[in-house]
Amino acid sequence: MEQPEQNPVATTSLPKPAALQESKPVSDTPGVAVFDTKNLSIYYGAFRAVTDVSLTVHENEITAFIGPSGCGKTTVLRTLNRMNDLIPTARVDGDVHYRGASLYAKDVSPIAVRRRIGMVFQKPNPFPKSIYDNVAYGPRINGERNKGRLNEIVERSLRQAALWDEVKDRLKHSGLGLSGGQAQRLCIARTLAVEPDVVLMDEPASALDPIATGRIEDLMHEIKSRYTIVIVTHNMQQATRVSDRTAFFSVLVDSKSDTRTGTLVEYGRTEQIFQDPHDSRTQAYVTGRVG
Amino acid sequence: MSTVVKADPVGPAGSARPLSERRPLGDRGFQVLTLACGLLVLVILVLIAVSTTQQSTSWFSAEGLKIFTNNWNPAANQFGALAFIYGTIITAIIALVIAVPVSLGVALLLTEVVPYRWARPIVTVIDLLAVVPSVVWGLWGILVFAPWIQHIYASIGSGVNGIPVLGSLFGPPTSGASFFTAGIILAFMITPIVTSLSREVIATVPAIDKEGAYALGATRLEMIRGAVWPHSQGGVVGAVLLGLGRAMGETIAVALVIGSSPVITSHLFAPGYNMPAVIANQFGEASGEFRAALMGIGVLLFVFTIIINVIARWIVERSARRKRGA
Amino acid sequence: MAIVAEPQQPDLREPAGWRRTSNRIATWLMVLAFVLVIIPLGFVLFTVIAKGVSIISWSFLTSGPIPPIVLPASVGGLGPAVLGTIEITALATVLAVPLGILGAVYLNEYGGKGPLARLIGFMADVMTGVPSIIMGLFIFAIWVLHFGYSGLAGALALGCLMLPVVIRSTDEMLKLVPDPLREASYALGATKARVTVTVVLPAAIGGIVSGALLAVARAAGETAPLIFTILGGTSVANTNVFKGANTALPLQIFSNATQPYTGAQARAWGAALALIAIAFILMIAARLVTARFTRYSR
Repeated sequence: MEQPEQNPVATTSLPKPAALQESKPVSDTPGVAVFDTKNLSIYYGAFRAVTDVSLTVHENEITAFIGPSGCGKTTVLRTLNRMNDLIPTARVDGDVHYRGASLYAKDVSPIAVRRRIGMVFQKPNPFPKSIYDNVAYGPRINGERNKGRLNEIVERSLRQAALWDEVKDRLKHSGLGLSGGQAQRLCIARTLAVEPDVVLMDEPASALDPIATGRIEDLMHEIKSRYTIVIVTHNMQQATRVSDRTAFFSVLVDSKSDTRTGTLVEYGRTEQIFQDPHDSRTQAYVTGRVG
Repeated sequence: MSTVVKADPVGPAGSARPLSERRPLGDRGFQVLTLACGLLVLVILVLIAVSTTQQSTSWFSAEGLKIFTNNWNPAANQFGALAFIYGTIITAIIALVIAVPVSLGVALLLTEVVPYRWARPIVTVIDLLAVVPSVVWGLWGILVFAPWIQHIYASIGSGVNGIPVLGSLFGPPTSGASFFTAGIILAFMITPIVTSLSREVIATVPAIDKEGAYALGATRLEMIRGAVWPHSQGGVVGAVLLGLGRAMGETIAVALVIGSSPVITSHLFAPGYNMPAVIANQFGEASGEFRAALMGIGVLLFVFTIIINVIARWIVERSARRKRGA
Repeated sequence: MAIVAEPQQPDLREPAGWRRTSNRIATWLMVLAFVLVIIPLGFVLFTVIAKGVSIISWSFLTSGPIPPIVLPASVGGLGPAVLGTIEITALATVLAVPLGILGAVYLNEYGGKGPLARLIGFMADVMTGVPSIIMGLFIFAIWVLHFGYSGLAGALALGCLMLPVVIRSTDEMLKLVPDPLREASYALGATKARVTVTVVLPAAIGGIVSGALLAVARAAGETAPLIFTILGGTSVANTNVFKGANTALPLQIFSNATQPYTGAQARAWGAALALIAIAFILMIAARLVTARFTRYSR
């Protein structure tokens, strides 16, 4: 681990952020740029899946990617932590910078990237191990062996994910035995255990019932002050509930070759996107005229 | 028989329907025919058990429990078969020790490491390995491999002679045709089946679990240990057991390279014997109780391999079922 | 992580140390495993080809009788053994493949999830693991003792070997045929038998044939079942597969392999080359059939 390790303290409430913005509805003083993309295009082989995405994600904000299905929001999200590397034909064109460093430079290691930029998936995917071992997996592969520290990390992460009280008596039970909502919070705890800088979430609540969804959204608000969050969602109300900024993606259809390419249509503060969209396509989408 | 207008009630294929009066004769006849062919499997298995046991009763009754003694002397009418059981187990263990890591390595290579384009040629190599007949392995084994490896055995043997454990395992006597050579050849022969079954098992690990591990910043080895291995443990055990069954039953290659010497010894480089090999080599000249003894060894072999295969298939099915349910 | 105004860029290079090393070692071990597989295969193929190619010739494969082992390889040929392999394997195929296909039809179309079908399917899998020598002993016990050695006995033994393999591979292929195909046929008023024979089997035929070819390849190379059923001592061709002892290529290899005479050994290599060639041709044919004629695959 290159960064000095944060003091793992098990607390029930998180320390207040220092000198960084709270989510204020009106004024817009953006924090440090965490991600910065310029003319980002993503190809699968010769097929261009996403074209010309330029946006900046700011520190300690929740940024939402919304848009109809197939418009590339998940593809762009996965580009931010090099998960598209797992697809053999995927290719990235344009710039993607993380805190000033190019994510796709030659000597960049995807492992180092993913250590800092974590991801929660649409369908909860706990490992077939105990709850404790699920959360401890990340710290363990990063070299943490001390039992005491692991215990602290596991407790802290589970508390941050609002799961501690429910599972503290059965940490040795299998992670597969949890309900959908609990399993997703376990995956969030697992992601937080390595103390990333950013948490990417790919439709984290779409497989969950409304109560579990509400819990996840509350969680996002609570951890926002320590992390930067980017969330893909197809639920517009969710975007308005949780996000500070929203990026609206849509599909360009090439009638000649009948291919669909995703692109960024508009990006701005959430209130502006939903109440005063500048682009007609944005307006059509957020008012529900098109799906 | 005309195609009936009031046709079969529509149902998904495979749903068991009781024979109904309205079904035309030809249709029922076809069903009975297929059932008979399916039952053939069970019938054959039962007949194997019955007929071979029948032919070997004179051995079982003459020797009783003495069949499990190391006392094989046909000339003196003594047929204790322990040496062959020992040889079967030893060569199978040697084969597994060599083949399992190799097979797992290749299976993981195919599922996790190589890009899709290179998978095909690698699988072809495995298929080629599988299609080489047992007798060709034996021919090559006894005429080419054994003479060559004999020198290696001799050097190792003289090197460890006298050292406590190693000496009794690898010390002299050494011979090209030996337990160890048979084990090596068996390893070549069981690698394809263990590899392909392990590959099937590993391929059922959900991609989303692997992605979860990678998303936490895991290296490939860490991902395999965290996401792949817990899922595929059971299935791999089943694949290994199937390899064990195959190693125990492989006949001709072993008959040619094992050395044909019914002894129980810890020296792995020494000549030995095992169950299928003695049957294959001696059956031609055997008669009377000798033949019954060989048949009886066949019965034992049948029982062992059936048990191992039943356990193996049950394990593989159970882990597949758990995956579908989870 | 509390990052307060970090001016320098994050270090995104690969974490050094044990994690990287262990990952690399693991990858190299996997590659080594594959190399360990290629080496013996290459060695065997090379040796068989190198030693057999000088013996193999049309007359070697077709002329007989099989000379005594002391004579050099230039005398006589293995024609009787080639003929034996062909006729015995062909008979075994004719017996096992149709029965196997029908058995798989029962499992997939009629038996379904019922207990009997599950038992038969399970035991068919188990039966593929029964050693081939047991099949030989079996046929010896119930057939040869009553009717004597013959090519038919050998074919029965090989057929028992092939049956479960054909059942299993056919079953997999039938499973892949989509149900809507069957339902469309039912809706047109066909009986189940007709649906199966006219729609389902033709749809799966590519995979079925391919699986059968692989079963044949395995049977052609088997030696142990033949030892107890065809006797193998004959030196002249026996065209009557139902009567009288016979011989086959694998048996010739087996009996010649342990002989010290160079002629015998040469004949063994020649026979080995012929046998491998047969197996490879069948394997390639199976792949071609899969590539060209299989409509539904995984």
